[in-house]
Amino acid sequence: MALLERSVMMMLQLKDVSKEFCSGKSRVKTLQDVNFEVNDGEIVAILGPSGCGKTTLLRIIAGLEQPSSGDVLLDGKRVEQPSPQFGMVFQEHALLPWLSVHRNVSIGLEMRGIPREEMRRSAMQYLSMVGLQESSERYPHELSGGMRQRVAVARALTLEPKLLLMDEPFSALDFQTRRQIQQDILQVQEKTGKAIIVVTHSIEEAIYLADRLVLLSSRPGMVREVLKIDLDRPRDRASPRFLKSLDYVLNCLNTSITTECGKAV
Amino acid sequence: MNRRILLKLMIPLTIIVLWEALATSIHNQFILPDIQSVLMVLLSPGTDIMGSGSLIENALMSLQRVGLGFLVATCLAVPLGVAMGRLEPLKAALDGMVSALRPVPPLAWVPLALAWLKIGLASIVFIIALGAFFPVLLNTMQGVRGVKKNWIEAITMMGAKEHDLMIRVILPAAAPEIWTGMRIGFGIAWMCVVAAEMLPGTNTGLGYLIMYAYSWGQVQVVIAGMIAIGIIGIGIDRFFVTVERRWLSWRGL
Repeated sequence: MALLERSVMMMLQLKDVSKEFCSGKSRVKTLQDVNFEVNDGEIVAILGPSGCGKTTLLRIIAGLEQPSSGDVLLDGKRVEQPSPQFGMVFQEHALLPWLSVHRNVSIGLEMRGIPREEMRRSAMQYLSMVGLQESSERYPHELSGGMRQRVAVARALTLEPKLLLMDEPFSALDFQTRRQIQQDILQVQEKTGKAIIVVTHSIEEAIYLADRLVLLSSRPGMVREVLKIDLDRPRDRASPRFLKSLDYVLNCLNTSITTECGKAV
Repeated sequence: MNRRILLKLMIPLTIIVLWEALATSIHNQFILPDIQSVLMVLLSPGTDIMGSGSLIENALMSLQRVGLGFLVATCLAVPLGVAMGRLEPLKAALDGMVSALRPVPPLAWVPLALAWLKIGLASIVFIIALGAFFPVLLNTMQGVRGVKKNWIEAITMMGAKEHDLMIRVILPAAAPEIWTGMRIGFGIAWMCVVAAEMLPGTNTGLGYLIMYAYSWGQVQVVIAGMIAIGIIGIGIDRFFVTVERRWLSWRGL
């Protein structure tokens, strides 16, 4: 019973996470005392002006970088190094160009020595989830940008991570593709129930996708506000409430750090 | 298409015509033999040339030596290059040494090679290996350093250990550049073997054949030998290019 409860109640906690970089002789603080948490099955968007350290924050969560102080806890345990508990989707797809789509997707399973048949089945399952089962024998360079990013999502899912991390995953895609893949991500989330953290600089994308937004201030990045987006899905980007949220967040990001932005959305 | 072939043939045809004209006017087999005599040597590559073996036998001998030297060079340079590309301190420690040794022509090592390894196969292999070593080393290092951080991180996120990274990301990602290094290295090694065979103490190989024929005034054999060296060089280079196009072409995409 206790075991079951724990597996259901996945939680990521960030506690006073700060990050400093040395640039020449001076130390630059990029993140300061970041606190927030992500619950099971939740989509959280990290939003902030460029240079606010959002990507750094995601990399710290992933264990690819260490915080200068503070902790990242997954189910109460410190995250100290990269691990398959997190599935990462990079800004650029990061697929290996010399491997076919299905081999890219199954590379994680391959490293674990999973039998070929099972590997193939699992890869195809996630590829069909992103609508690419037909393209399994093709190579990354034969795919469009949106398809590549979908493959990257499928790859991140194969090891069944607790959390999916996405670093501006759609920023290089055109408008149409971007909209489509945003919907696909919601569908994937619905099917798998994974928690997702997505870093973006698009307010509209953040509001469309997320259950909650974490707004960061510009350098050093601090949490200015955590906003709950209480809109029913599928969300209508033209609805008054959507536009109101958009307006609110925009306003919030534009006001100076010292000013508090209003509370209710 | 026809035009291109014509363009390609224009220079060789001009040379042949000029050659023939010059050979006829000089009329001295010791300076410039006529084309027919050179062709005769080339078209019967299996016949013995003045007791020093046939063109084919000597070419095979040279190829064997260059293959051996190239193998030694590759086996040393690829691992070292990977290590230098992966470990910044090692690179920092060896960089100076590499840049100092690289410009020394392999043939400048001949006296030392003879002193250390005596006349014979070992010193020839040593000279060839030196020639092939640096291009393979530098290209390997560059290839490994050029592996996208993204790729490494993506695989690391999936729980890859260093050996997984090496086999699944670093080596395949660097393979096109390593292959290019090997191609350049083999070209240099081929030049070195011919030069090394001209040294005293060797009595086989295309380099030897050329020097031997020259000392007997057989200039048509000298020229035939040079042409054979060129043709084999092209052939090997084609092989490297073909493999690159077939298996390593993802780089250009």
